[in-house]
Amino acid sequence: MQLINALLQANTTAVATATGTAADYFPIGIQLLFAIGFVAVMIGGSHLLGPKRRTADKLENFTSGIESHGTARQPMAIKYFLVAILFVLFDVEVIFFYPYAVNFRDLGWQGFGEVLLFVSFFLIGFIYIIKKGALIWED
Amino acid sequence: MINLSAVLLAFDWGFLLQKLILIIIIVSVSLVVAMYETYLERKVAAWMQDRIGPNRAGPFGILQPIADGGKLFFKEEIIPNTSNKTLFVLGPGLAMLAALMTCAVIPWSSHLQFGDTTVQLQIADVNIGILYIFGVVSLGVYGIMIGGWASNNKFSLMAALRGASQAISYELAMGISLIALLFITGSLSMRTIVEEQMKNGIWNVVYQPLGFLIFLVCAFAECNRTPFDLPEAESELNMGYHQEYSSMKLGFYLFAEYINMFISSAVMATLFFGGYDVPFLDESTLAPNVAAIIGLIAFMIKIGFFIFLFMWVRWTIPRFRYDQLMNLGWKKLLPLALVNMLVTAAVMLWLHK
Repeated sequence: MQLINALLQANTTAVATATGTAADYFPIGIQLLFAIGFVAVMIGGSHLLGPKRRTADKLENFTSGIESHGTARQPMAIKYFLVAILFVLFDVEVIFFYPYAVNFRDLGWQGFGEVLLFVSFFLIGFIYIIKKGALIWED
Repeated sequence: MINLSAVLLAFDWGFLLQKLILIIIIVSVSLVVAMYETYLERKVAAWMQDRIGPNRAGPFGILQPIADGGKLFFKEEIIPNTSNKTLFVLGPGLAMLAALMTCAVIPWSSHLQFGDTTVQLQIADVNIGILYIFGVVSLGVYGIMIGGWASNNKFSLMAALRGASQAISYELAMGISLIALLFITGSLSMRTIVEEQMKNGIWNVVYQPLGFLIFLVCAFAECNRTPFDLPEAESELNMGYHQEYSSMKLGFYLFAEYINMFISSAVMATLFFGGYDVPFLDESTLAPNVAAIIGLIAFMIKIGFFIFLFMWVRWTIPRFRYDQLMNLGWKKLLPLALVNMLVTAAVMLWLHK
């Protein structure tokens, strides 16, 4: 009840332009519900309407006609996981640039100097992973 | 109970209805555009390869997408025995959900005036519009990853891993190239960015040509389009992460790709090419409704150009090798975007002080 109240009150104050409050996100919530409904109806509908003639051969994994050996639940190349970890590291650093970008006119040259320092840390890490061979793909 | 009814009466039902209609229109338009993109793609390919292309269903084959959609919808649904059933269904659903959610913050045009009510042609004017799009686009990776893993097929898994690591690698350069744009606009709201370009009369692409190029390349990679379509490399991986899929679930993966193409064209037009701005025309002299419609047409023409560019590139440039793709993303685009960002910041500060 508390929540509904807060939501409704937030919405009544919502005007046509951005207010910078949580009320701006109200239409996105409606869209999320609409999109979930659409996806569910389409998948459910095609599930009900399609023919169902299941045979053992049909339900096997497709491996271009040859018999499949084992399942895909086995270790894969570590490179992909390394890329994922590196992405998380560097993306967190990129996120820090956003507040700076929005306020950069007020911060002036002093802010620019500090960002330069930050970028050099970024670059040190970047050079380190290149030297370590984390981005070498050919064996 | 009295309290509740008072609250319900105070609630702006007109606003809710207006947004609901807008959402239904925009989502259906993106679906129809995605459908006709498949038709256009085949026609463009045919034109470039000196063929005729689809021409049987209806005049000039314009009913072809409907036939294809209907076929996908009524096909038998196959869920492999060894797959994880829940995740197998969840994967395409998530991919489609992420594709449908991105259109929420794009300003399609200025505003329509019906008597006293002003209808903004934008679902939600969020002050962090760009970050919202980034966030939702990143969720698309889950659709690929979950679908590929749940299929329990080595080809699918391989393609899904490729697709995920490709998408996240290019997100880095994309994020940094946008920061250079933010130095100029000073706002993350899509509408403010467009309005600033309208006020200045100069599109952001003039200030940020390199930033735009980096963004364009990354958008191609994010949409898994050629030359970055490694997750769907038929010659190596059969069909890619959706090879175990059939029926509407396969359709969702394909549709999501085309919707993403439409939305990234819209984002590029908004951020770098003035959005619904018509060059050499002062919109403030026109009646608001006329200005809105002209703006909408101009925006659609810009989007259409970018969609054509996607297809043009697809039928012109061959696919990258995987190591070339990763080298381009990490070792070339990322440093280039950083340099672009720092140079932009320095030049901006130098010019203002």
